[in-house]
Order: sequence, then C-alpha cells, then structure tokens
Amino acid sequence: MSIYVLEEQLNEFKIEVINKYRDTKSPLMQILQESQKRYGCVPVEVQEFISKEMNITTAKINGVVSFYSMFSLIPSGRHILGVCTGTACYVKGASRLVERVEALLDTEYGSTTEDGCFTLAHTRCVGDCAQAPVIMVNDEFNGKVTSDDIPKIIARHRGKNCKK
Amino acid sequence: MKMINLKINDQEISVEAGKNILDYCVELGLDIPTFCHDERIKPEGACRMCVVEVKGINRLLASCATPATDGMEIKTHSPEVMEARKDVLELTWASHPNDCVVCDANGDCKLQDYSYEYNLTSIPEYDGHKRNFSIDDSNKFFYIDPEKCILCGKCVYVCKDLQGVEALGFNKRGHDTFISFAFDNGMEQSNCVSCGNCVSVCPTGALMEKSNVMFRSWETKKTRTTCPYCGVGCQFDIVTKGEQVVRIDPAPGTPNEGLLCVKGKFAYKFINHKGRLTTPLIKENGEFREASWDEAYDLIASKYTELNDKYGAATFAGLASAKCTNEENYMFQKLFRAAIGTNNVDHCARLCHASTVAGLATTLGSGAMTNSIAEVKDHDVIFVIGSNTTETHPVIGSFMKQAIAKGSKIIVADPREIELAEGADVFLKILPGTNVPLLNAMMKVIYNENLHDIDYISERTENFETTLETILNTDIEEAAEICGIDAEDIRKAARIYAAGNKAGIYYAMGITQHSQGTNNVKSIANLALLCGNVGIESGGINPLRGQNNVQGACDMGGLPDVFPGYQKVFNDEARAKFEKAWGVKLDNKVGLSLPHVLDGAYEDQIRFLYVMGENPVVSDPDTTHVKKSLGNLDFLIVQDLFMTETAEMADVILPASSYAEKEGTFTNTERRVQMIRPAIKPVGDSKADYIIIQEIMNKIGYNQPILTPSEIMDEVATLTPIYGGVSYDRIQELGLQWPVLDHNHPGTKYLHKDKFARGLGLFSEVEFAEAKELPDENFPIVLTTGRVLYHFHTISMTGKNEEINEIVPENFIEISPKTAESYKLKHMDHASISSRRGTTKAVVHVTDKIGDGVMFMPFHFADGANMLTNTELDATCNIPELKVCAVQIDGKL
Repeated sequence: MSIYVLEEQLNEFKIEVINKYRDTKSPLMQILQESQKRYGCVPVEVQEFISKEMNITTAKINGVVSFYSMFSLIPSGRHILGVCTGTACYVKGASRLVERVEALLDTEYGSTTEDGCFTLAHTRCVGDCAQAPVIMVNDEFNGKVTSDDIPKIIARHRGKNCKK
Repeated sequence: MKMINLKINDQEISVEAGKNILDYCVELGLDIPTFCHDERIKPEGACRMCVVEVKGINRLLASCATPATDGMEIKTHSPEVMEARKDVLELTWASHPNDCVVCDANGDCKLQDYSYEYNLTSIPEYDGHKRNFSIDDSNKFFYIDPEKCILCGKCVYVCKDLQGVEALGFNKRGHDTFISFAFDNGMEQSNCVSCGNCVSVCPTGALMEKSNVMFRSWETKKTRTTCPYCGVGCQFDIVTKGEQVVRIDPAPGTPNEGLLCVKGKFAYKFINHKGRLTTPLIKENGEFREASWDEAYDLIASKYTELNDKYGAATFAGLASAKCTNEENYMFQKLFRAAIGTNNVDHCARLCHASTVAGLATTLGSGAMTNSIAEVKDHDVIFVIGSNTTETHPVIGSFMKQAIAKGSKIIVADPREIELAEGADVFLKILPGTNVPLLNAMMKVIYNENLHDIDYISERTENFETTLETILNTDIEEAAEICGIDAEDIRKAARIYAAGNKAGIYYAMGITQHSQGTNNVKSIANLALLCGNVGIESGGINPLRGQNNVQGACDMGGLPDVFPGYQKVFNDEARAKFEKAWGVKLDNKVGLSLPHVLDGAYEDQIRFLYVMGENPVVSDPDTTHVKKSLGNLDFLIVQDLFMTETAEMADVILPASSYAEKEGTFTNTERRVQMIRPAIKPVGDSKADYIIIQEIMNKIGYNQPILTPSEIMDEVATLTPIYGGVSYDRIQELGLQWPVLDHNHPGTKYLHKDKFARGLGLFSEVEFAEAKELPDENFPIVLTTGRVLYHFHTISMTGKNEEINEIVPENFIEISPKTAESYKLKHMDHASISSRRGTTKAVVHVTDKIGDGVMFMPFHFADGANMLTNTELDATCNIPELKVCAVQIDGKL
C-alpha cells in the first residue's frame, strides 16, 4: 500500500492537530478534516496513527472516513471540480455536464486525473439554484454553465499550479 | 416504582415503567420479528421489523426503541403492521442474493423464516439493485459475505459494546454500505480476536463459520453444556450432526451472557479428532499395543498388589485433574484415600493457585473468588495485577471492558503492556516478582493520606497494628526502584484504588507462581482489607482460576492435605466422618504435593503414579527433571484423550471420554457448580473417567458400587458442607454458587458478607523477598511465562485445531527492541535460550510491550518454557516459581 504521509509529518500532525483537539468534545471530525486539508486525504497511515493516539479503533475511524464523501483515502487533485447534481441543476442538464467533464478529463466521476490536477468530486446542492446548473472549482463558483464553457473552465485552472 | 397501564392487542396489563414497548410484548409471549434487536445492546431501531401500531400516533413505531408510556394502546399484528413488515422484507429481499438453496445458513436464517412467515412470493415485489461485493475470508474461523448482509448492525455493536474490541465497522454509506474490518483490509490487519460473537448473532448467512462438515440445521441436535477451557465456565450448546460436533452456540444468561472466546467457540475440533485414544494401550518392550479394558485393569490390579505388598501405600500417588468433573475428582481422591490408603493426591492447582488457597484461607477463610462474574461490570475501580485477563479469561476481560465503558477506573500492574494496559488509568510496568513492594507502597500511600477505611478495619479485621508497622517501613521511592516504575504512578494507583467504593482486585499467575506466592496473596488481602473492599457486592478479591474445573478439583479434595470441602485430613472429627462414610481407616498424615511426588519418584519414594487428564511433562517446571522422575517409576498409568507427552511415558494408557461425551459438573471461577451433558456417545472404546475410576476401585479390592454422576454428587453433598445443598435437580437451568449449605440454601453470590469465613479478616505482615533466581552475569535476562489467547495450557486440546496452530504455530519469546539489538536478533529470527536447567528454541518477537532485560515465553509448548523454569518452591504451599527465572540468549539459530 502506498504511503502518502511520512512519519515526521505524523509527529508534526500530533503536535499541531491531535494535541489541539484531543480534549475537545468530539475531536475526531476536526482531526480528520485537518488531515484532509493538509494532505488532501486521510490515508490508512494517518487513520492508524489517530487510532493509536486517540485510542479510537481503526474500524470506527474508517467508518467515519468512508461515510463522508469529503474524505478520501488517497490524495485528491490540486483542484476539486464539482458538478452540482442537486435537483435544480439536475433538471437543468447537469448530467450532460458530468459526461463532458468526464470525457475532457478522461476520468470517472469521484476519481482523480492521472496528472493529479483535478479530482472530479460528487457535489450536492450548493444553495444557488437560480444559477443552475453550477460547477464549483475549489471555492470558485460558476453559474449557468453550458457544455461549451467547460473546456475554458478546465483550461483556466490547469494553468494554475498544475504544470506537470 | 412507577406503574403504567398498557393495552397490547386485547390484553390490558399493569407493568413497571421503564422499558420499551418490545420488552413488554416479549414478556407477554408475543412473537415480534426483529433483525437488529439484542437485549444486551442499546436499541438501534434500524431494521424496522418490530414496528407496531400505537393508537393516536399516525405512524408505526419501532417497538424496540420506543419507551412504553402510560395508557398506550398497542397493536402488534394489525393488517397495517403486517403490511409494513412485509414491505421491509420485500425491500431487503430485493437486494439480497436469491440463493437460499445453496446458502450455508439455510434453515438457520431469520430473513428466510420471516419471508416465509410474511408470505413473500418467490418473485421479488421490487426490482432492487443487487450489490456486488467479494467475500472476506481472511479470518481463519469465519467469513464475511457482505452480499448476504442485511445491515442490521448487530455484529458491529456486539464487537464494540459487548466484546469491547470494535474490529468490525460499517464501511461507506447508503446502498453501498457493507460490514468489514477496517480499510476492508482483512482480519490480519485488524484487532479482531476471533471470538466469533459476531457470527453467533448474525441473523443471516453473512457471517458464517468456515466448516469442514456439511450440515443443515434440521439435521442437528443441540446439547446445553459448560465450556471445557478456562475457569469462566461459559455455557453453550454443542451442535451435533450424528456423532460429529459441527458448531458451538453461546447460551444467553449466566455467566457468559451469550459471549464466548475463540477457544470456546471454535476450538472444538479435538472432540472428533482422529488422534483420540480409542482403546486401552499397554506398553510392552517399549512399544504400545492395543488392549482390552479387562487386560488393562488386570495389569493395574496386579501391579497394585505387587507394589503395595513390596513398598506399601505411601509409595502410591495420583494426580487428579482440573479438566475432569467434580464427580470424577471426588472418586479419584476416594480411590487414593479409601481404596489405596494414602493422601498422596494432588493436581495442577499446585502450579497455579496453591498460594491462593493457602493465602486467602489464612486471611479470609476461603480461597476462592469473592465476587461473581456478573459483578465485574459494576465495579467502580478494577485493579488487575498479574493477570492477562483478555487472553486468559476472555469473557471476564470483555466484562471488564464493559465496566470501563460505563466509567470504571482501571489500574494494571504487569511486566508486559497487556491489552488491558492500553488505555488504563495507571499502568505499572513492574519487574517480574516485585508485587510485594508495589502493594506495600500503595498501602503506605493510602494510610499516610488517610484514605483507608477505619471503621471496617476496627470492626471486621485483626492484626492491623503490627502489619501497619511493616507497611510504614516501606520506602515508596525505594519500592518504585525495585519495581522499575515511577513512584508517582504508585501514588496515583493507590489513590484511585482507595477512592473506589466497589473496587475489585483481579489476579492470576503473576501473583501466585512465585516462591513468595502465598505472601503475594496475603499482601493483596491486606490492600483490600485496608480499604474495606471485601465482602461487598462488586468489591472483592478475585483470583481467576485457569481451568474449567480447577476450583472443583480443589473443592473435591484433589489436594494432599484436605478431604472434600477443605476439611483437613489431620482433623480427627473430619477424618472420623469420612472413615464412617467410606468404611475404612484413613491416613491422618498430609500427603505429598505434586513437586514432592515428582521428587519422590526420582528418589524411589514413589513407585506407582496414576495421572488423570494432566500433562506434567509439559506443565511442570524443569522438564528434564520431570521426565527423569516419571521414567524412574515402577508403574505409570495415564488416563487421557490423547497421546500426550506424559502418556508416551506410561506403562498403561486408559482412553477417557471428553466433556462432550459424559455427564457431570464443573465448578467455575465464581464457585458456580454447573452441568455438563453428553452430546455424543463416547468416542471408540473410551470411557468416562468416573466409570474407569470406580471400576479400578473394585478391581483393587474396594467395594465401590458403580454410581452415576448424580449419585456421586449426592454422596459429595452429604460429606462436604459447602456443597451440602447441591443436587442435579437444582442445577439443570442455572448452577449454584457454593457455599450451598442445604437444599433450601440459595447459594452465595459473593463471599464474606458481614462476616469473614474465618470470622475476622486477618492482616498479615508481608516483607519483600526477592525471587530465588535473579539475573547475573551468565544468565542476565529475567524470564517470565504466561498464556496466549489462542492456546490452552499444554495445547493437548487447542493444538488439535489447525486454524489455531496456524495463528500460533510454535514457541516464541517477546523481548524489547533494546534486548534484541544487544543480541543482534531481529523480529521473527529463531533463537536458542538457556537457563541453568536446560535449553529451548523460540521465534523472536521484538516488541516494546516488554521492558529491557525481561523475556516473555508462553508455557504452552512441549520442551519450551519449562525446559528453563525453576523448581524453587513457595515454602508454605509448594507452588513452584514459574514466573521468574534467569536465562540467557545463546544466539540466533
């Protein structure tokens, strides 16, 4: 199994994250979110480390990590691209957008491109249905997207921090 | 207590408030279907099968999770309810593999039963998306087939809340959810202990035992009996197809509450093992030949006469068995005392809890666990010292974890960081053989900080003042140094223990198997007395007995100094009673204890030895000496299930029936006398031990009517006050805990209530004395021994299970990374280890669970740990110092 987080990073994680949340009321979610933010994932080695440090079983941690779509076991791409498939966007043709994105990025919904640039993330309603259909790239909002807008959106972001 | 009125269907009832609707329905005998319900775990309300209609509420309620309130009118089988349940089944069925005809669970599946009961048709009502999962068969004993899983979650909650392991969990969510070990990575990578309690609760075929035998549930028969492994005395059903044991199902209720461990649940394959002895064997010219029972008996009788005439009864000795029933042990000691005429009868309790019997009898008046197993869950402090409970008494270990989950504090003292030490409030990693300084230092802290129970001490104890002097002479810093721990941790542990209102001490071989064993036990008693923690519910001193019936074998007088019920052989009144009952003159001299029997054999003082269900060649210290001693006997009888290492040395071997083939009683560690019952016929020509012994008694000239186990127990009851009220008609459903003084006595849940068995609790001055053999230049490492979860004692039973052998195949040692480095050893290397007495080999396990300069080795393997161990004895009780000796690592092999 691949290792995504090194041992010295784990020690840093303990000091900066686990110790910070250790005595809070429900620390697990905070710690997992912090891992996702720092490493782009919550890989097995981090889950095992948290298990040992927090005395929570790996079965439980794995249950939480696999339950929420915001956590992943392997690093996500530099950019998280999400086509909203909430009701309004769906009605406005989100499924066609998904197909186009999948074709252009040559990857499946829920996966990361081979160059590690994009993760095509499952996305539910983002709360701006008037602008449907919507594509989110990281925190960037794109409303009333048409199929033809997609190559531009992708190109704009591929340029950013994403040269191989 | 608040009462509420309910109307369930047409029945009006008035009941105590506080339970959920389902509980009251079950009490009325109503058949409410459930998948996820288990009365031992918090209701989840997940499966929706138990829905009921409640008047005035416009939706159906999950009866398992809805508290009943006053005035509720409940309908459990209205058309709407039936329709809803059917719909749940239809939805479940829609995504279930439609493969009942080939499913292992066919006939033993709730989904199948309910689908039939609720009239589902063969064509699913809904066109469900079938799930596509692979089977996880990484566990040696069972597999997980997620496609058959209905996600009731019982396995997950049983694993987490009852077993306290949480190896199984839900993975993903919604339709994709499946049950798995963490990361869906298989059992090997998880903390699974293979207890199989998940398998036992699974309502479908999702969690199934891997079985070599094909069987359908309607071909099987169930026999309720008692587990033959450790002293917990778990109740279970042996499931048999014909004469073959095919499965073990845990029984609900006392004492194990539906839980089992890997040994009880899965290690049953020794019963029908091809290696079982099926006929008597006589050794001629160094080779065994098959013989008839008459031939074997005649040989025994002639040898008996010859040796008795020549050397006298004092040269005869017998080893009773902690594996055999009370009735068999009673008859065995009667054979020696009444028919042969010697008190030379002992058994392996000498090696495990002789110091408990001696130490607690002196201080409290009774050498047994003071609390009941059910009380474990209600302690507010648990102090585990010298017991690796989760491996040696797994179900009690699980109850401890339940207590901790409920808020109990836990203190662990052990040379190894055992499972219970992880997450303990204080873990004291003491050096082997340093219990007394730790306990004395704790008591000093408690006294100095005024945390002791002054009223209790003055009302219920004696000899406190003189003992106090010894305690106060202890230097806490010095004690900490001797133990190899931090003085502050001693203080912390002392404060936690003293703060408990219901503190339970649990100990095993780490306390008893020392040349100071009796003193260790007395020191434990001092601590409990100091804080007023004995003689109360969920507070006490609890020696955990290792074997299924080691308590009973002691109770039945399988000891050289006592008749049944701990009545001394030198007490004239007691002896007169037994002489009258047995019709012969009895010896008034205390017989030889086990180590002295072996020494006696070596020195020609013992000529004839009869070993019933024991394996001293593996279990006793200094194997070389044991073999020499047994080899020097004139005549050795071994009665066993298998050709053990000891049996190989015998002159005649008698094939005994296993626990699954006979009737009788075992007394578990909480003093509960429980039934075993025959599930199959005796294998081959084997006979139950109680029959063999009685037949031998007659052969050697003692007129013993052949009694049934029940009749033997009646005889025991007339002669043994603590068993006075035990009879088979009283223990069919639930065993009785001794003392049971007469036929109306209800038994005793916990000992020493209001008054100690000896009157006042006795404080004893206990000074620290070092182990008899300490590390030096030549043998610089301390060896300590112990047990592992998967094996039992000399593995004559567990070793007959392939899966168990795959998990723990051979002898191993545990040493610290630093120790390993200094000998240039790596994890999984093979090494040779020596002591002054012998040499053995083992696989090296490098782990930081053990301290530098200390080595752990399990005592299960032949020519293993006991090649090295020391035969030095505790002067009071003759227990050998199995827990401490000095060894060296000769090097890598």
